[in-house]
Amino acid sequence: MLVKVLKEYLARYRVWLWYVVALQLVGTMASLYLPSLNADIIDSGVARGDTGYIVRTGGWMLLVSLIQILCSVVAVYFGARTAMGFGRDLRAGVFHRVGSFSSREVSKFGAPSLITRVTNDVQQIQMLVMMTTTMMVAAPIMMVGGVIMALQEDVALSWLLVVSVPILFIGLGFIIRRMVPGFQVMQTRIDDVNRVLREQITGIRVVRAFVREPFETERFGKANAELTAVSTRTGRYLAAMFPFIMLVLNLSVIGVMWFGGHRVDEGLMEVGSLTAFIAYVMQILMAVMMATFMLMMIPRAVVSAERIREVLDTDSSVAPPVDPVTSANARGEIDFDGVSFAYPGADDPVLCDVTFSARPGQTTAIIGSTGSGKTTLLNLIPRLFDATGGAVRVGGADVRRLDQDLLWSKIGIVPQKTYLFTGTIATNLRYGKPDATDEELWAALTIAQARDFVSALAEGLDAPIAQGGTNLSGGQRQRIAIARALVRKPEIYLFDDSFSALDVATDARLRAALRPTTRDATVIIVAQRVSTVLDADQVVVLEDGRIVGLGGHAELLETCPTYQEIVASQLSAEEVA
Amino acid sequence: MTSTMKVTERVQGQGFGGGRMFGGGMVGQKSMTFGPSAKRLFARLAPERTKVWAVLALAVASVGLMSVVPKILGEATNLIFEGLFGKNLSPDVTKAQVIEQFRASGNDRLADMLTAMNVVPGQGVDFGAVGVILLWLVGLALASAGLGLLQGLLLNGVVQRTMQRMRGEVEDKIHRLPLSYFDRQPRGELLSRVTNDIDNVSQVLQQTMSQLLSSLLTVIFTVGMMFWISPTLALIAIVSIPLTVMVTGAIMKRSQKQFIAQWRATGALNAHVEESFTGHALTKVFGRQKEVEEAFEKQNETLFKAGFGAQFASGLIMPTMMFLGNITYVVIAVLGGLRVASGTMTLGDVQAFIQYSRQFTQPLTQVASMMNLLQSGVASAERVFELLDAPEEPVELSSAAAEVTRGRVEFSDVSFRYEEDTPLITDLSLVAEPGQTVAIVGPTGAGKTTLVNLVMRFYDLDGGTITLDGVDVASMPRQVLRDQIGMVLQDTWLFHGTIRDNIAYGRPTASEDEILEAAKATFVDRFVHSLPDGYDTVIDEEGSNISAGEKQLITIARAFLSDPALLILDEATSSVDTRTELLVQHAMAALRSDRTSFVIAHRLSTIRDADLILVMDSGRIVEQGTHTSLLATGGAYAALYQAQFAGAIVEEPVA
Repeated sequence: MLVKVLKEYLARYRVWLWYVVALQLVGTMASLYLPSLNADIIDSGVARGDTGYIVRTGGWMLLVSLIQILCSVVAVYFGARTAMGFGRDLRAGVFHRVGSFSSREVSKFGAPSLITRVTNDVQQIQMLVMMTTTMMVAAPIMMVGGVIMALQEDVALSWLLVVSVPILFIGLGFIIRRMVPGFQVMQTRIDDVNRVLREQITGIRVVRAFVREPFETERFGKANAELTAVSTRTGRYLAAMFPFIMLVLNLSVIGVMWFGGHRVDEGLMEVGSLTAFIAYVMQILMAVMMATFMLMMIPRAVVSAERIREVLDTDSSVAPPVDPVTSANARGEIDFDGVSFAYPGADDPVLCDVTFSARPGQTTAIIGSTGSGKTTLLNLIPRLFDATGGAVRVGGADVRRLDQDLLWSKIGIVPQKTYLFTGTIATNLRYGKPDATDEELWAALTIAQARDFVSALAEGLDAPIAQGGTNLSGGQRQRIAIARALVRKPEIYLFDDSFSALDVATDARLRAALRPTTRDATVIIVAQRVSTVLDADQVVVLEDGRIVGLGGHAELLETCPTYQEIVASQLSAEEVA
Repeated sequence: MTSTMKVTERVQGQGFGGGRMFGGGMVGQKSMTFGPSAKRLFARLAPERTKVWAVLALAVASVGLMSVVPKILGEATNLIFEGLFGKNLSPDVTKAQVIEQFRASGNDRLADMLTAMNVVPGQGVDFGAVGVILLWLVGLALASAGLGLLQGLLLNGVVQRTMQRMRGEVEDKIHRLPLSYFDRQPRGELLSRVTNDIDNVSQVLQQTMSQLLSSLLTVIFTVGMMFWISPTLALIAIVSIPLTVMVTGAIMKRSQKQFIAQWRATGALNAHVEESFTGHALTKVFGRQKEVEEAFEKQNETLFKAGFGAQFASGLIMPTMMFLGNITYVVIAVLGGLRVASGTMTLGDVQAFIQYSRQFTQPLTQVASMMNLLQSGVASAERVFELLDAPEEPVELSSAAAEVTRGRVEFSDVSFRYEEDTPLITDLSLVAEPGQTVAIVGPTGAGKTTLVNLVMRFYDLDGGTITLDGVDVASMPRQVLRDQIGMVLQDTWLFHGTIRDNIAYGRPTASEDEILEAAKATFVDRFVHSLPDGYDTVIDEEGSNISAGEKQLITIARAFLSDPALLILDEATSSVDTRTELLVQHAMAALRSDRTSFVIAHRLSTIRDADLILVMDSGRIVEQGTHTSLLATGGAYAALYQAQFAGAIVEEPVA
């Protein structure tokens, strides 16, 4: 998965990556050359007392260092560009993919999960690419180069490398393999601790009301102790790592001195080479260490890549029409014709054989208990989902064949979960009609019973809205959302339980004001409250995805047991009459 | 801006290792008073004082031993070099003669060098001596590693236990803070303090403590060793310290700015992504997909530029450090070479010196990069300390309180305000007789919830008294008082645990049968049977496996089990579907029977048979009476009732 993602999105940067490799190669070679030059200083300069040679070689070493830093800097430049560019492209790829999704895919993944995938998961892989270009590329070069240089100094001593490199690699691998799962467990323990704290704070009143502080403290103490135990265990490995590395390094150097010393004595090796060999051994071991650490990052990146791939490989269940109908004849007529909807693999369909029609100038109310399929039914009209059976027609044309922009231009929707965007009241109201005038906005606010509170705000229409509209009360948010739909002056109004946060008086006033505005439009209201339904032209009673009642309030009260039950739960006998 | 910061924090908070080690990404939050807070943070280690001293001693020993290794290694090099030199000389001459010979042949430099060396002509490398030295080194390396390991393990324990204590203290504090503290603090802010900040402190402590210690000690020891070998060369090497600090400081300062820009851009982009995905359907139906994508492209590009700047700038630190290190290396190699040639220094010392000079730049960089991390940790610690320093609820000493048996509640001239200048409840008096149901109605902000909060003593009064069976509640320990009261809130709080445990929360000593009985009486039993795990069903964080109405039923069962003398009910609102709501109503009615209850009503139809209806407005009771008497009066209640001809009153949730 990771490889596939990398291949696809790094293709554009292939040339830069080669630059990075080439530059790292030169840079690493330069830094590997330095100990060798130092050996020359000792063997040809110091040993012969040739100060001129020492100074000349010193100058040469400076030049090599300069080359080395230049290569590194340019490599970092291309590396950073590649990694960040890769991140940007991948992020855009996932974002646009999600943009093509229908509500079905979005709800399948869940918005929060999709957000993490675009942000955090992309960042994980981007980090890996960044580290790869700076370190992962350099480490093997350093290793191979170090070995070659060491061999050049003395072949016979190289068996020391054959021993110490695997020891370091295996030892570190052992520690890390135990540490990484520890970190994962630690993360879940941290989540546990945080969850208990969160619960205590959100439920502070309940905790105090029931005097359960001792229970909570015990519950927390347990989670806290578990976290500490795991952290301590994992921390032990971390504590062992550094002393272990130093031990291997030191023992290797000592080995070089002993065996190298003999070779020097036998005249098979020069003293300077001994010093150089030590330097190479250290560099090689450092490279092994770096590579091992880098490998730690890979499992996390693999998980992220899988999560990203999952999004990229998902196709929208609502495909744009191939040969779209670009004009609909009748205004806002809606017909449901034997419509069914089921999630793939689910036993029970959400909607089953739903047939009814809504006409312009008519208000259709949909009522039923939670889970009866009301919202799903509504969402089929703007094609947030596609029906899995039957057909939904708007203006006589199957919505699946209608041009999407045309379809959406006919609809004003107020979703169940009121959502406002960051910006101002005005930008939110203009969301569906960017060129609306201030007068149009105020008119919509008036109908939505929001004029009073908006005009009471110091900035009026320009009052800022925080993300999600959290700086307004639930009722205020809902009225703004209603006004937002009104500004569009659509042919079809879809209200999904949109009056729930309003008090009864406001609700009544709003619906009264709405009537003249929506006189020529098709209105569909999903409702919980019977009072909202009372004056609808027709009521659709849903139960378990089927229509169990269709008609006016009075009629249904006589004929539909489900409707009776719902009404009885809300109204007293005299009020029903 | 606030939302942007939140997202940024979230991203920063995630993941161990990764960006932390290399990017120095934790910028943006800096401590206001670094010194005192850092001191206070380290003072938390006090209970482990002996261990901390042991850690310090072990670290000094371990790093100290490690530091002498190159020097001794240099001795071995000297032995080899000298042996090599001696081997090539005839054993028949003395060292002095050889020097004379060199001088005579004009080879002054070799003569000088030889003078300083311990060469016995004709004798090769003394491997016995070399072997002894190397064996010593093996011992040193083992000892240093062993001591270092011990130090790491000890420190790990100290840090983990310190964090455990700190988390415990915070949790304890939560229960001792007055409720008004929670009202004042935005919930997210408080949560972030007790979770993100504590996590950050513990991560920073874990990462910095041991590294900071060994890095600092390494620098000190290495510099010491360098001075011991050659003060002149050491001075040259030391010059590179301020140079290194300055150069890396300058780069870090620049990269920090870039990192801030990067986090800002990340925050902005994340906020946009969050918004577009959450408002996905709206964006589509309102035809704004294109604008959303364009805005994303723009922000993505900004992030790319900022991210590139940050990564490039911070990526320069390593090569620069290496370059500076290399320059020092070259200078020392050249000067050292010259000195060996002139006989003022041995080859082994030069070799050791080179190793030392390589050794001390790296920990220096580490200390520099850790300062960043440390700062963010101290800033987090400061925020935790702020919480720990917040004033607590006064401690109660008196425990004398009669068991409440009847549940007569009387308010006399009660006044209360949350904020100094805005009185909320003024001179309120009322009496609830035992067994009565008192319903409270009125618009949002009328003080309905406050009224019942005062009964619970969540807040203390500003004036007047509330008595329970004639005893002033202010004189009762809160816990004794609350033990008598059951509460069902609109906000259905359940904890992560089984349904059984959640019901038992009302009375942990309850038997299985009693729990079952409570569940049956409140209609919980019905839906529990349809769940695959029954009463063992674990309620997950979002509570998505059971509906809002079912959650409400569990909270009612919980209150039922606690069997209180006095009951407080905040009725559910519209989020519950109509048929479950009917069950909720029935369950609440079952709960109310034979108990004094205060009901905050949202639907007038549900309180018609209350014994007393209080109509509240602006902290006062404007009307009270029964349903029929109030209707007859034709006042506020009657008006309210008329307004909702359809029978339902739902108010706006408090923002």
